[in-house]
Amino acid sequence: MAAVLSAPALATATTPASPGRRALRKLLQRKPAVIGLVIVFTFIALALFAPWIAPHDPLATSWGAIRKGPSVAHWFGTDEIGRDVLSRVVFGTRASLLAGVVSVSISLLLGVPIGLIAGFVGGVADGFISRLTDAFLACPFLILAIALAAFLGPSLSNAMIAIGISATPIFVRLTRAQVINVKVEDYVEAARALGNPPWRIAVRHVLPNVTAPLIVQATLAIAAAVIAEASLSFLGLGQQPPEPSWGSMLNTAKNYVDQAPWMAVWPGLAIFALVLAFNLVGDGLRDALDPRQR
Amino acid sequence: MTRYFACEYWYTLAAFFHWTPPLRYHPFWEEPLTAMKSLWVPALILGGFISAVVMRLLRSTMLEVLRQDYVRTARAKGLNERSVVLKHALRNALTPVITLGALELGTLLSGAVLTEQVFTIPGFGKLIVDSVFNRDYAVVQGVVLVTATAYVMLSLFADLAYFAVNPRLRG
Repeated sequence: MAAVLSAPALATATTPASPGRRALRKLLQRKPAVIGLVIVFTFIALALFAPWIAPHDPLATSWGAIRKGPSVAHWFGTDEIGRDVLSRVVFGTRASLLAGVVSVSISLLLGVPIGLIAGFVGGVADGFISRLTDAFLACPFLILAIALAAFLGPSLSNAMIAIGISATPIFVRLTRAQVINVKVEDYVEAARALGNPPWRIAVRHVLPNVTAPLIVQATLAIAAAVIAEASLSFLGLGQQPPEPSWGSMLNTAKNYVDQAPWMAVWPGLAIFALVLAFNLVGDGLRDALDPRQR
Repeated sequence: MTRYFACEYWYTLAAFFHWTPPLRYHPFWEEPLTAMKSLWVPALILGGFISAVVMRLLRSTMLEVLRQDYVRTARAKGLNERSVVLKHALRNALTPVITLGALELGTLLSGAVLTEQVFTIPGFGKLIVDSVFNRDYAVVQGVVLVTATAYVMLSLFADLAYFAVNPRLRG
């Protein structure tokens, strides 16, 4: 009898899962997304604990071990001045992850408020912002990043700023489109009827309802930013030598492909794995946050 | 990402078969055969990058088109599956691919920067990078302007092509 009574009581006591928790559960049900998450967290751990994980100093040269193949002492081999490739790949994770996260944060910090203003205010402001965004989008991403990095000067921080600014128009356009859809919803009308000022409606009622596609785009943009950082470092506009970066390692390695292919294989594989992981997570998030799949 | 995967592929070839792709550029008008030999590797890398995007879009569009009524009608008429897929579904699914193809040409302009650098092809990508290191900002501005204009023109051609292949848009 007690069991019969407790069943409805339990049913009423169970509160529905929050949208975030529901999305996380759906994300964890997708095998590719879980694999992506595992790889991303592995790279985050590598970046955080690099000094303890790396077997050698990434900057220490050894004239007795120039371009040595993989061995017990150097698992991934050594480079053209005897530096340990494994240690440089491990420390290079820091530059790539930092560039990915910081540049996407810059894009979000710039793009979301501008897109929110354009979509919510409309009129002349929208027209001006939209045309400016179109002008930026007309320029290919990497060309714009190279041009900005050239004007700012070659360094990792400037590369991150350049990538962040180059990726901003995508977030402006996405936020604007989402805000235009959301601002005509009944709950926004209700918030207006209650006497909320426009900025409060935009920040408290509209913005939280446009975050799902922004999270997905941000995850995919991190993957693009990792590639862009590697590309800029490859060209000599990102992380400066002797600091390790996957892109600059590939640039050096291309001169020794015949004699020491391991110099190129490992940083290339690291870029490949990290970008693939972020893409898998992004695709998983897109499915998990899609309201049509509820 | 495909670019890096392609690079890995060549590095693996170099490692195991001791073969590297030709890394010297030959002008097409002077030595067409040698130029083709040196160009097929960068072309394969850049084409591989785009083929992944096209394949993904075509897959999703085909799934959508195969659910349409006219496909069901074609099957009901007794057409074989090959004819249904190739003549009725694929032709309709190719419309967004044309748009994407034109836009991806714009992406190629930036994607080619690294490839041109590796294979020493004197294109826009190499020009902008060389200008950056020579602090020749006028050339950098010029390249950015020309690529942006080319990108806009390609978008316009994509829209026009969309109208040309989709009779429903002509009104």
